[in-house]
Amino acid sequence: MTQAFDAAAQQALLETRVAAALEQARKLGADACEVGASVDQGTGVNVRMGEVESVELSRDQGIAVTVYVGQRKGSASSSDAGKDSIRAVVEKAIAIARHTGEDPAAGLAEAQLMATEFPDLKVHHPWPLSTDEAIELALACEGAGRAVEGITNSDGAGLSSGEGVRVYGNSHGFLAGQRGSRHSLSCMLIARDAQGMQRDYDYSSVRDPAYLSSPEAIGHSAAERTLRRLGARRPETGRLPVMFAPELASGLVGHFLNAIAGGALYREASFLCDSLGKSLFPAWFTLMEKPREVGGMASSPFDNDGVYTRDNVFVDEGRIASYMLSAYSARRLGMTTTGNAGGARNLRIDAPLSTQADLLTRMDRGVLVTELMGQGVNGVTGDYSRGAAGFWVEEGRLQYPIEEFTIAGNLEAMFANLLGVGDDTDTRGSIHTGSWLIDDMTVAGS
Amino acid sequence: MTQLTQSPLDEAIATLLTPGGLDAGALDPGLDHALGAGIDYADLYFQRSWHESWVLEDGEVKDASYNIDGGVGVRALAGEKTGFAYSNQITAEALAETGRTASGIARSGARLNGQPVHAAAAPLRYAGVDPLSGLTAEEKIALLKQADRIARSADPSVSQVTASLTGVHEVVLVRASDGTLAADIRPLVRFNVSVIAARNGRRERGSAGGGGRYAMSRLRDENVAERFAREAVRQALVNLEAVDAPAGQMPVVLGPGWPGILLHEAVGHGLEGDFNRKQSSAFAGRMGQRVAAPGVTVVDDATLADRRGSMTIDDEGTPGAYTPLIEDGILVGYMQDKLNARLMDMAPTGNARRESYAHMPMPRMTNTYMLAGQDDPEEILKSVKRGLYAVSFGGGQVDITSGKFVFSASEAYLIEDGRITAPVKGATLIGNGPEAMGRVSMIGHDMELDTGIGVCGKEGQGVPVGVGQPTLKLDELTVGGTQS
Repeated sequence: MTQAFDAAAQQALLETRVAAALEQARKLGADACEVGASVDQGTGVNVRMGEVESVELSRDQGIAVTVYVGQRKGSASSSDAGKDSIRAVVEKAIAIARHTGEDPAAGLAEAQLMATEFPDLKVHHPWPLSTDEAIELALACEGAGRAVEGITNSDGAGLSSGEGVRVYGNSHGFLAGQRGSRHSLSCMLIARDAQGMQRDYDYSSVRDPAYLSSPEAIGHSAAERTLRRLGARRPETGRLPVMFAPELASGLVGHFLNAIAGGALYREASFLCDSLGKSLFPAWFTLMEKPREVGGMASSPFDNDGVYTRDNVFVDEGRIASYMLSAYSARRLGMTTTGNAGGARNLRIDAPLSTQADLLTRMDRGVLVTELMGQGVNGVTGDYSRGAAGFWVEEGRLQYPIEEFTIAGNLEAMFANLLGVGDDTDTRGSIHTGSWLIDDMTVAGS
Repeated sequence: MTQLTQSPLDEAIATLLTPGGLDAGALDPGLDHALGAGIDYADLYFQRSWHESWVLEDGEVKDASYNIDGGVGVRALAGEKTGFAYSNQITAEALAETGRTASGIARSGARLNGQPVHAAAAPLRYAGVDPLSGLTAEEKIALLKQADRIARSADPSVSQVTASLTGVHEVVLVRASDGTLAADIRPLVRFNVSVIAARNGRRERGSAGGGGRYAMSRLRDENVAERFAREAVRQALVNLEAVDAPAGQMPVVLGPGWPGILLHEAVGHGLEGDFNRKQSSAFAGRMGQRVAAPGVTVVDDATLADRRGSMTIDDEGTPGAYTPLIEDGILVGYMQDKLNARLMDMAPTGNARRESYAHMPMPRMTNTYMLAGQDDPEEILKSVKRGLYAVSFGGGQVDITSGKFVFSASEAYLIEDGRITAPVKGATLIGNGPEAMGRVSMIGHDMELDTGIGVCGKEGQGVPVGVGQPTLKLDELTVGGTQS
């Protein structure tokens, strides 16, 4: 925004520094080395009750070095990527590698797996916006929300805009950079009735500012989401179907991905150990990643090991078709990397989609959950128990807001009991999904 | 050797300013850049931290890492407005640039001068040691291997052991336009053990850990490797026997110590100054009113020696304090930083905290706990016909506006006819802060603090905190199990 950021120059500078660190490590006796460096710059403004609350300019940088001496590994990092600092970081990493134990699985990904093509995935869209313009957008957003009848207070609206560069290189000779941008606008409002206060929010988050939702739309939506929570009751305890709103259904995909991540599998810290090929979801459900999708939130031609990314199918017609592996976790499991060092990128569901109204009709009587609270997910057993708020559904229609209840089950059973996926797809994150209707969970309330 | 006789201020100046060619004389000109027209308060926050982490897996320390971070954060306040910028360079140029950027939020008004430094001494709440140098690399590895050995030999069902040893050496220096000049050397160490136990086709995790603001050598002296390894295995074995948790409303007895995250979520966040100034907290406007049952006294206490949440000074240079929040059920205090205290016409309470120089400070908890009551813990359990006894928790969360909070049990048991019976699977408990505190009916005489594992997240910033409480009975809370 007001700070100049020349992404191309920054990338060139980081590439020089990464190359220097790799050379330094070689000279100091490392058998192999990998270096990541990044620089991010951004502006954030927050407004509340029609006034500016804060203006923040951020600029973060860092360099992280991992060296291998034989099969021993050492890592060091710094927020200072100057010449002297790089030398100190490399020396420290090598010093650590003198103390760590031999690890047969340690080392870089295989050289032949390094990415060789670097298409422009259109994920870098700078926004030449002044601080004053940013403030105007945030004020318009909050103002639209506060103008809605019934809104009594505000937690404010915020606009943040940033861009950055990351560069990764290793001693196979791999050296590549990736530029990206992210812009978001959010608003949180408060309403009060005789029973007390409620708050809710909405936001838009994009790579390209051209696609940012209008400030008014976000403000209105935040107001509507807040007002519909007033007068909430507590549901009765019982076994019921539960519908997860799209922004929460993506969390369920996240729990599945955590359970098929190599690191959880080789540590036996997953309820999906030894389950490749197993039928987990209904046969109509397929889940894949599209890491090279143009403009995607998590698009990249290479993963954190430098390995080329490819379209992976994790769930094929209900069966677990692939784990999610990095070079290291793959070696630990006696398998091959799936190009997922750093996680999965751009998750997409291939399934017949239903309208929300159709899903509610199928549910007939149950709860629609629009907010989840707490961390009650046990990745080792799949046991799931979380605080929730949402709406009571009777005869396939929303009846009244509900709060202060929990929903519980086991992820394995929840995935098997998936009855349908909505067409109300949330595209703001890396995981795109609509609502999920899941049969037979335990709702605990009054 | 000179380090032993240096004051924290001298050490902070030598560590933070000298490498960039600055000295104490650079502070006032630096502050001056942030004091533009219309600015009524500005501060400079210098920080440098060294973070070390050793991780054991499969009986070997296969990975260790070291991180150096540092820089200066510059903040300028004009009324309710905050301008903030930071740099990871501590040089005269960086001070000028970040100062001008931060003060850019106000464009009119009188130009105030910074107050000359007025010395204020804060009693040290921990020794200003470099915790990383307390043990050699070999000794650190030996400690982790000891934990692995003990956990594996404790029970044949233990199939995986992960142990970690982390330490942070942090030096901070604050210069503010109100005359504040303060420095702090903050050590922080932690040891953790996590195990997986497998038996009859079931797999469960158990974990234990702790630490505080002291040298790593104290972890060895206090035999944490053995204690935490045994505790992690014990918890995993209990969970291997756990049956499905009940669902619905019932009496809940919380064990002493770490279950105090109840207070952190149900009460603590709602009493932070910013939420009350904005009237967005369920506790807003309730000062002097009853917000908990008689007998409930809750404090936030940064002054406890060597605790994870303790602070000699907060991140605005205000000395850490003992702040009563609820006294015998009556709301008596909020936790404040300078901005919110000024706007609410109250005094700062030493609760301004920030994750780093690259983050803005805000009111945060330190060590939050409930004082002991009179009841015998045995009698508390005996008073429950059917309910839940929860002794360990994963984490929690609160919606400060509606007052709804959750916290998730990781070790819990059924209470039947006044006796602890079967262990039950982890379940989330949900309630409404003020309502739940009103349902505290018995308070044990066994106040305990946690072992030193808490991290509190607020607006994306994580800071180390402590909690504590005696055994407590809540007459009714909703338990989120699967057995309805």
